[in-house]
Amino acid sequence: MSSDAAITDPGTADAHDLEHRTDEGGQGMTSAAVLGAAEALRERGAVLRMSEAEAEAPAEEAAADEDQTMIINMGPQHPSTHGVLRLMLELDGETVLRTKPVIGYLHTGMERTAEDLSYLQGCTNVTRMDYASPLFNELAFSLTVEQLLGIDIPERATWIRMLMTELNRISSHLLFLATNGMDIGAVSMMIYGWREREEVLRFFEKVTGLRMNHNYIRVGGVAADLPPGWRDDVLRLLDLLPPRLEEYDILMTGQPIWRDRLQGVGMITAEECLALGVTGPILRSTGYAWDLRRNEPYLAYDQVDFDVVVGSYGDCFDRFAIRLNEIRESMRIVRQCLEQMPKGPYRIQDKKVTPPPRARIDESMEALIHHFKIFTEGFKVPEGEAYVPVESPRGELGCYIVSDGSSKPYRMHVRGPSFVNLQSLPHMMHGGFIADAVAVISSVDPIMGEVDR
Amino acid sequence: MTDAAAPTEADAPDDTTPAVPEPETMHGCPVTWSRGQKVLHVGGADYAKVLGALQAEGFHTCIDLCAVDYLTYEADRGLPPGVEPARFEVVLHLIDHGMGGHGVRRLRVRVQVPADDPTLPTLFSLYPGTEAMEREAFDMVGITFTGHPDPNRILMPEDWAGHPLRKDYASGRIPVQFKATTDAR
Repeated sequence: MSSDAAITDPGTADAHDLEHRTDEGGQGMTSAAVLGAAEALRERGAVLRMSEAEAEAPAEEAAADEDQTMIINMGPQHPSTHGVLRLMLELDGETVLRTKPVIGYLHTGMERTAEDLSYLQGCTNVTRMDYASPLFNELAFSLTVEQLLGIDIPERATWIRMLMTELNRISSHLLFLATNGMDIGAVSMMIYGWREREEVLRFFEKVTGLRMNHNYIRVGGVAADLPPGWRDDVLRLLDLLPPRLEEYDILMTGQPIWRDRLQGVGMITAEECLALGVTGPILRSTGYAWDLRRNEPYLAYDQVDFDVVVGSYGDCFDRFAIRLNEIRESMRIVRQCLEQMPKGPYRIQDKKVTPPPRARIDESMEALIHHFKIFTEGFKVPEGEAYVPVESPRGELGCYIVSDGSSKPYRMHVRGPSFVNLQSLPHMMHGGFIADAVAVISSVDPIMGEVDR
Repeated sequence: MTDAAAPTEADAPDDTTPAVPEPETMHGCPVTWSRGQKVLHVGGADYAKVLGALQAEGFHTCIDLCAVDYLTYEADRGLPPGVEPARFEVVLHLIDHGMGGHGVRRLRVRVQVPADDPTLPTLFSLYPGTEAMEREAFDMVGITFTGHPDPNRILMPEDWAGHPLRKDYASGRIPVQFKATTDAR
């Protein structure tokens, strides 16, 4: 990292200020012998389970038989840590006592980068955060900027956004099924999950030009209209997926080994989820029906019919089953999008926000000026701040933008659901077996690009 | 924020709180509206107390916490009268799912944090979910949260100098040198 440090020379900054409390100590896990009660509270998630006085006792116990426990390191290059997640685990025999996720290995400073990109370019940046569901990042960013601008997008753009994000939810959950299967040992599932996901990505490629990192949902609408024949492609997907999902049910849902491996593993309660800010399928697995599409409808989710899938035990099996069934619910929404897709423009006709079509530039001086202004300076967004959340496949994905009236965000912050959901890992792992750790990590479905940004 | 005044007043009555003639307050702190979203301005001194009261009132989850460095911000910050602007601001988003039947409530809390003493008490015992977010705010902007159980960097390497999201932190660029190829391949 020393070479990077040389590049980001503090320069004009006040050196004293920069060094202010910079060295706060290691990020790794400390030995139980030197643990204070406060750390025990944090590690075991005991804020929700016991008082500080009670936390003192196990900390002292742990100090007494320190040589009984072992701290092992898992990752960041472990194949089942979904990228570069590093965990430090304290074990007593095979039982996990404490867990600490160590993150930052994929940090690329995207929030800082966003401050140097105009609002038109911003989508290319945010789409790389959660790379398994890129359209949701673009959606959250675009909705926030649109709220700052105070513009309403055309109806067709709203429905295209819904169609595309629901398909993206399907592809993201298929990716989860694939990796979850591989982590548990159902290796054939990995091939099937990737295979079906590829069918969805093929449609994305046809519409957006890219399989991933689409930059398709933009401020003011979407980048391009749906191509000719899109309806047949989507119908083909909707015909193809249900029998495959039935196969997954046979391969996994009803299979005794699969159930033994997941049921009762990595339990979490709704109270813990709410206290930790955990959202998405993890919260719903506890039986708590919270889905932003239903509870705070954005786009046109109040006009479509779908069910919010909830579990009952908050274990890994519920989280698996929820995602599998959310694919079915997403297909219902996609079908309704097909039926109700309105006609009209796919992008707002405000020339201050939307670049003119290429052909107009040759015949209109005004179009040329707008084109030049938008691509050099970008459009200006009125000063103020806004936060807009959407329901991504992993939970609440929020975007907070502070604008100073220029064409670039003054500050952009993305509330990544995976980043917050990772905090539930120590709670789910505590008291479980080390062999189940992989199942628990997998069921949280973290995408490290979004965790580290 | 003058141009935001019109949508503000139009949106305010739609929310769960009745339209109170100005100045609207909540737990003694001034309330403003930004693009139809309710914003509470809390002073650093009553931060822990007001947040505790908000939690007791039903805001059970802190969904987001981030810090903003307003060093080079020149436009109107949308602060109500009586709130002294400071260089840093910690922004929280609280949510009440309203499962009791009164509907979903969201609240943004903006806390001014002075540059010469960028510290706030931790919310860990109120909202354990802020643990990672406070670490991120420390790492990126350099706000110290006193009483935090694990106050070190979360995204940057542990020996990193400086806080990258501060406005006076120079953003780096890797120079790319373009050269003409001398030999034909």
